[in-house]
Amino acid sequence: MYCMHSLLAEATNATFWLPKGVSSVASDVDWLFYFTYWVTIFFFVLILGLVVVFALKYRHRPGHEPCAPGPSHNNALEVIWTVIPTILVFAMFYWGVRGYMDMTIAPPDAMEIQVTGKMWTWEFTYPNGHTDSELHIPVGMPVRFVLNSEDVIHSFAIPAFRLRKDVVPRRYNKLWVQATEEGTYPVYCDQYCGISHSRMISEVKVEPMSSYRAWLVKASNWETTMTPLEAGEHFYKTKGCMACHSVDGTRIIGPSFKDVFGDTVEMNDGSKVLADENYVHESIREPSAKVVKGFQPVMPPFTKESLPDKDINAIIWYLKSKSSHFKGDMGAGKKLAAPVEKK
Amino acid sequence: MTAISTPLPHDLPHDGHGHGDNYLTHGKGLMSWLFTLDHKRIGLMYMTVVLGAFALGGAFAVALRTHLLWPHQDLTAQQAELYNNMFTLHGAVMVFMFIIPAIPAVLGNFILPLQLGAKDVAFPRLNLLSFHIYCIGGLFFVYVLLSGVVHAATGGQVTFPGGFGLDTGWTFYAPYSTSKASGSVTAAVLGAFMLGFSSILTGLNFIATIHSLRPKGMTWFRMPLLLWSLYATSIIQILATPVLAITLLLLVAERTLGIGIFDSSLGGDPVLMQHFFWFYSHPAVYIMILPAMGVISEIITAHSRKHIFGYTFVAMSSVGIAMLSFFVWGHHMFVSGQSPMAGAIFSLLTFLVALPSAVKVFNWLGTLYKGDIHLTTPMLYVLGFLLLFSIGGLTGLPLAAINVDVHLHDTYFVIAHFHYVAMGSMLFAFLGGMYHWWPKMFGKMYNDNAGRVAAVLIFIGFNLTFFPQFIAGTHGMPRRYASYPPEFQIYHVLSTFGAYTMTTGLVIVLLNWVHSLARGKKAPANPWGANTLEWHTSSPPPHDNFKVTPEVGDPYDMSGWVYDQATEGWVLSDEPRAATSHH
Amino acid sequence: MAQLTTTPLAHPVGHDAHNGHDPHLAHHFDTMEQQYRSNKTGMWVFLATEILMFGGLFCAYSVYRHNHPEVFAFAHEALDRKWGAINTIVLITSSLTMAWAVRAAQMNQRKLLSFLLALTILGGAGFMVIKSVEYKTKWEHHLFPGRLNVYNKEYKGEAKPYADLLALKNGDEEAAMGGDEVHEAPTAAAIAVPPEYVDPNAGGPDAAKIRANFAVVPGLSDKANEHLEEHLTLSSLNDLDRSRINAFFSVYFLMTGLHGIHVLIGMGLITWLFFRSLRNEFSSKYFAPVDLVGLYWHIVDVIWIFLFPLLYLIH
Repeated sequence: MYCMHSLLAEATNATFWLPKGVSSVASDVDWLFYFTYWVTIFFFVLILGLVVVFALKYRHRPGHEPCAPGPSHNNALEVIWTVIPTILVFAMFYWGVRGYMDMTIAPPDAMEIQVTGKMWTWEFTYPNGHTDSELHIPVGMPVRFVLNSEDVIHSFAIPAFRLRKDVVPRRYNKLWVQATEEGTYPVYCDQYCGISHSRMISEVKVEPMSSYRAWLVKASNWETTMTPLEAGEHFYKTKGCMACHSVDGTRIIGPSFKDVFGDTVEMNDGSKVLADENYVHESIREPSAKVVKGFQPVMPPFTKESLPDKDINAIIWYLKSKSSHFKGDMGAGKKLAAPVEKK
Repeated sequence: MTAISTPLPHDLPHDGHGHGDNYLTHGKGLMSWLFTLDHKRIGLMYMTVVLGAFALGGAFAVALRTHLLWPHQDLTAQQAELYNNMFTLHGAVMVFMFIIPAIPAVLGNFILPLQLGAKDVAFPRLNLLSFHIYCIGGLFFVYVLLSGVVHAATGGQVTFPGGFGLDTGWTFYAPYSTSKASGSVTAAVLGAFMLGFSSILTGLNFIATIHSLRPKGMTWFRMPLLLWSLYATSIIQILATPVLAITLLLLVAERTLGIGIFDSSLGGDPVLMQHFFWFYSHPAVYIMILPAMGVISEIITAHSRKHIFGYTFVAMSSVGIAMLSFFVWGHHMFVSGQSPMAGAIFSLLTFLVALPSAVKVFNWLGTLYKGDIHLTTPMLYVLGFLLLFSIGGLTGLPLAAINVDVHLHDTYFVIAHFHYVAMGSMLFAFLGGMYHWWPKMFGKMYNDNAGRVAAVLIFIGFNLTFFPQFIAGTHGMPRRYASYPPEFQIYHVLSTFGAYTMTTGLVIVLLNWVHSLARGKKAPANPWGANTLEWHTSSPPPHDNFKVTPEVGDPYDMSGWVYDQATEGWVLSDEPRAATSHH
Repeated sequence: MAQLTTTPLAHPVGHDAHNGHDPHLAHHFDTMEQQYRSNKTGMWVFLATEILMFGGLFCAYSVYRHNHPEVFAFAHEALDRKWGAINTIVLITSSLTMAWAVRAAQMNQRKLLSFLLALTILGGAGFMVIKSVEYKTKWEHHLFPGRLNVYNKEYKGEAKPYADLLALKNGDEEAAMGGDEVHEAPTAAAIAVPPEYVDPNAGGPDAAKIRANFAVVPGLSDKANEHLEEHLTLSSLNDLDRSRINAFFSVYFLMTGLHGIHVLIGMGLITWLFFRSLRNEFSSKYFAPVDLVGLYWHIVDVIWIFLFPLLYLIH
């Protein structure tokens, strides 16, 4: 009975209880969930029924003579209502472990994507070395995620895949999936990780191999499709900057980017620094080197892998565009650096 | 062992009047309470603080639920910080100051020696110390709360050494709690340490008392089931809580000295912290539920005037649960990266620990069968317990199945599950027990109709609060989220209105109790006609518990009592009893 | 409804019936024997909680040790086995005097009882003195727990790392000034591995994880160093392990520190007993406090007996 539904590697439908399941393990999970669900319904209805019937039938009321008390033990009954649940739980245990083995053992030819969780954003490193904040995977192919955290424990959770794994610092946890249907599905962080834990939401886009490849090529070389200014704004939004720095002057966790570039900023040791390209570079690579007065040194550093120098340059263009202190020419920032030649 | 070995006729105050001197009037003034050695007074003092803690934790919960009426897609940092502090403190206060101590320290302290026909617990001074340590631990939590409030109220201007507020979740996972959290983690952890110590001392006291102060004729299998469950609870308390103590000390050392045991960059392992933590915290949930089950056994028998069905099985299942509970902690860590083999073992044991609880539920149903069921307030709480505990326990099954748990872990499904067992079950048992023993404790009756209305309101409100959370969870709604995607809003709205309904019911309970204290009818010695020994003395009991040593018989053989219309209570009949004792 | 008429009891079980009762008998117990049994039960239960608490630390020790065996083998050389052994003897002797004291109380030997209690306190004090001597040497080398440890990469103090101390002792000034740069690996001549330390399983899956090399250990006399059969150098540890050395000291301080606190508590309790014994409060009829504190002291001793080999002895 168990084998049958593991062959059905197709999506399960959304129901009252469960969202659409689009991974190869979803059908097993959903099946066992519904099995436990019906066991629950059965026993609950039984218990509810008995409680209601007994409470009504044997309730004390004037004029009603209570029955002779029933027996106060019955070994046969004890055995029956121990043995039957025992059999049921053994069955559930067995199917659970079988299903879990499927979840744990990745096919050997799975494509590997590294997932890095950090407060409070996800980063995905693809086989070609490109790191992006968007998660795309090809449909119908096994993909293995290697999970690592840069700071505290997070949890990589995708309900549509019925999958989840904790993301632990200095440890590489693994999770694999074979998505069965195209679409875009939410990705949550499920382990409390600080103030913006509930904002650490991303998405996984499941698409055909060809469009996955096309996207990856484009994303790896943003210079072909975006101007530095557009890219800078894109990174501001997707690399996690937006969670802590506003561009309109509001104080969130870090200083707002409005009117910063080109201005002189006061640090918490009293020194004053010109906010130029070097300052921006250092603030991203080594944020605790200089902390703006009135703020806490909580910004995590960004490595060259997660934010290459060219991406920082794009961000600098964006900062320039948001600062009234920058009086230079924005022209270079608005031109495609490496336009794709038309063939 | 009692000094008097021949059975004696009973001398019960026949009108329920305290003859001037009962434990409430024996000794006056605040100091006679704060330094009392009387287990009954200690139980009442615990009651005051425990109920206060419940109100505080509940206030946080209502605040959380109100916040969650809207998805807050534009969540500000301030709102997030406030929310994170609230859910953490809600959990910490409820777990450490309410659920774990409530039944043992309030009802257990009061009733246990009475049910043994004894004058006090084995170590009365230790009992008082346990209460004082509990209060000190509570003060640490109050400090944590106030530091957060002051910090927020002054717009972040005022900071405290060691941090302010607490936002780690009651589970204090490293490395967030040890290296990143700006909360006053050390103070909170030390507070939890104290509260744990108080719990250990209570357990120690109960074990020694049950071993040494059982009266002649009360063999182990003639003990009331409340005592079996308190004994099993005490075993867990003394064996598991020290591990929490050392975990908390390690957390403090990690945070203050940087010893690195939970920090991967210093050679430690954050998952080790989870192992240590859950090694205590899983048995802890059985500390929460076992006494509740004992209370249910007492109420269900008394209020259906029937012997418990399957006494031996119910008693042994308490012990079985206590033993098995130590081996299942890994089911909190199925997705932490622990090996699949460990996961499989924990899954199997988790399924097995469900079985003794199921046995108890069926035995309770057997008790109701052909009983003489009085649908009093305590009985309504028992019936509610049976339904809510069934749901809570049965929803543990998908969580025990590993692959399904992978989908449900850290979602609202888990929150709903544990609230059904911690609140729907434990709280219902606690409230039922309070109502059941209220006449004994205070010598006053309460308005039963108001009590029943409140019970029904709480039942409805509870289900409305937590049932939608199951559905939110299966759809993926994560825990501890201050903002959420809009598709989950409907569940949150239903849940919040349930919370408001439940709060209304709880307020009625409080008013019901206050009214009873102010204007309640005098209570007879035995309003329910039960046979456990606490009902063999006056309501409220004298300072030394019994003016006459009670005779020990089968605790659930109520045939010797007859109803006395004049006092609206039950009294022992003169006729010799028919031999109807059972095990 | 019929009421029972009663005759007052001959022995009402109330507060006022204390005639002939032992003054030590608490009002809620019926006999001294019941009280004694109850107190004993309580004390054993308490000891169980102590074992569970230390058990958590032993668990931490074993996890750390399993993950970093070389670190433990290297770092534990900084502990002085001589003093550890003396401490063990001191504590075992004090357990002896304590047990004897219980016997003295049971046999009404009041002077002997006071004397033995005093000896036990001295034993405990001696233990703490030796402990503080050991801690002091750690202080000198900045081998503290956590961030204060000289090996911790977050260490911001000025103490020289252990490696430099080694270099200085070897007369290698230049290397000593090099901060925590590694010296060159010792030459083959310097590493003369005695034949008995050749690993018969070398190269296979059962090969010993701990490699023996030669160095000198500061804090020990030259003579002791010469006799040291198995030495480890900093250079025999890889980079990762080198940054983990503070792990050992963290475990060491936590375990011995918590144990030391328990010794102090025990000493306090025995001092209380001592003064009570001077007032002749104990006799063959009433010796429970001595008995119970004795149990506590024995547990403190037993815990040390496990700590000593785990921390000081095994490689």
